[in-house]
Amino acid sequence: MTVLPEVTPPPFQPPYPTQDARFAPGDTVRVRPGAAPGHMRTPWFLRGRTGRVERICGDFANPEELAYRRDGGPARAVYRVRFTMAEVWGDGAERAQDTIDAEIFEHWLEPADAP
Amino acid sequence: MPHDHHDHFHHEGMSPSGHPYRPDDDQPLTYWQRMEIAVRELLVEKGITTAAEINAQIERMDARSPALGASVVARAWDDPAFKQRLLADGSAAMEEIGIDPSGMKLVVVENTARVHNVVVCTLCSCYPRNLLGLPPDWYKTRAYRSRTVREPRAVLREFGLELPEDVRVQVHDSTADMRYLVLPRRPSGTEGWSAEALAGIVTRDCMIGVAVPQLP
Repeated sequence: MTVLPEVTPPPFQPPYPTQDARFAPGDTVRVRPGAAPGHMRTPWFLRGRTGRVERICGDFANPEELAYRRDGGPARAVYRVRFTMAEVWGDGAERAQDTIDAEIFEHWLEPADAP
Repeated sequence: MPHDHHDHFHHEGMSPSGHPYRPDDDQPLTYWQRMEIAVRELLVEKGITTAAEINAQIERMDARSPALGASVVARAWDDPAFKQRLLADGSAAMEEIGIDPSGMKLVVVENTARVHNVVVCTLCSCYPRNLLGLPPDWYKTRAYRSRTVREPRAVLREFGLELPEDVRVQVHDSTADMRYLVLPRRPSGTEGWSAEALAGIVTRDCMIGVAVPQLP
């Protein structure tokens, strides 16, 4: 069962430019499960886990492209997503309501109610 | 009698104080060390850079230390408007007080009575080097990187930091383009302190989040 963290959206705009960000602070999102070939910066321990967008960081070059000396375009929105320890580690969590924030690129996120 | 210091006879392989010499731990260069030397020498040979430029860059990197971060924290403690700007855009606030972020995108996370922040990079060793200098070795170890997201309270306890039950631990995994600095809580008893005195109690570990400022 998903345990969601509380999130207070920051009272300021992202300092780095962003356009067409699909998610907003407070939205419930799930990190796409599974693997993909190549270099990526989506930690394994968060794949398939559900959390809440804490803030939009801005649009940034895609590391999965940069790693192969391509230009990293198009830039993708990066979010700080917050997860509860209960969601990430289940019954083995050290303390259920402690949280983990990680930066996740938009193409690794889907709405939590996606099939 | 290896510990007979009065005996001026030296055993084979023993130091003058009668202890065994510790073997040198020189290792052959690794593949990547050889690669670095080869690329560096080629770049110098081709006139693309110079040994002096490389030395100057190393000196610039070595000159950064946690003192820079401590000065930012001290300023934020004393100037609420600066603190708000720092939380909204860490890099712009650094520049405002004359610290060059050199492209680093800084996010400052504030400790409160209810939330304690701690920073880790589970994927590698991302660290706000332009503000804190080079990371400590433990920050890059597999143990710190894997345990901090799994059992942060146990890790903090090993650093000597026991958090109250009603404080939420908020772990920050630097997985992409941001770098994180923890803004510790200002200890009571520091009212009226100078910026230098305040900065003096802000250690590197406080800004990573594995410690909190202590009064001397």
